[in-house]
Amino acid sequence: MAKIRIPTPLRAYTDGESNIEVAGDTVAEALGDLVAQHPDLRAHLFQDDQLRNFVNIFIGDEDIRFLQGLETEINSDDSLRIIPSIAGGNPPISIGGKQIADEEAPR
Amino acid sequence: MNVQICSALQRGIFDQMEASYPNEGGGFLLGQPQDGAIVIRDIIQVENTFAEEEQHHRYAMTPHDWMRLEDEADERGLSLVGYYHSHPDSPAIPSEYDREHALPNFVYIITSVVMAKAADMRAWQLRSDRSAFDAGTLSVT
Repeated sequence: MAKIRIPTPLRAYTDGESNIEVAGDTVAEALGDLVAQHPDLRAHLFQDDQLRNFVNIFIGDEDIRFLQGLETEINSDDSLRIIPSIAGGNPPISIGGKQIADEEAPR
Repeated sequence: MNVQICSALQRGIFDQMEASYPNEGGGFLLGQPQDGAIVIRDIIQVENTFAEEEQHHRYAMTPHDWMRLEDEADERGLSLVGYYHSHPDSPAIPSEYDREHALPNFVYIITSVVMAKAADMRAWQLRSDRSAFDAGTLSVT
């Protein structure tokens, strides 16, 4: 079976496991099996059934965006890896789900 | 969430963020859970790969940076516990952009840099339902 390596922050949803064996002939099927095994992962990988835009899937060193995307075929000995894109930036500001103006922000 | 960082590592982040000013800078936090806290053991600077003209309010790393540092953390018996970045001339609190790109169970340390001087550092963690960040306690040892 193919394996998927889980990024550190999401291992809380796989009982701490870093590598999960998955069934499937395509990346989509493999991810489907992954979230079937660990349903709490879904919200962090998908939004409206699409991969979140900061979630990258690699097969070895290749980004599936440069292959056939989720329809990329995989072999049973493939190692997949979920890699988050790290990005950040300053305002607008939101804390506790509430917008806060700069002058109101805690210092 | 309680995050512990030694003063030398905090100073290292401040120095990097001040040198990056007026652009954003950042990097990864390597560490481990200990006695209910997240203890930062090392910081790894990572180049800002956002378009140069946007770097005054945006910071990004490549997926390959993540792969490389996650592997390094594993080899060192540590974990990739979070990442840090700066908010030039803005408060050290997360933006909506930060939330959209965040993961739970990960420490987000933000440094406010005002007029090229580090003015504030805070630690945050995304809620599991992704709705908002919660402030953590940052202990400098």
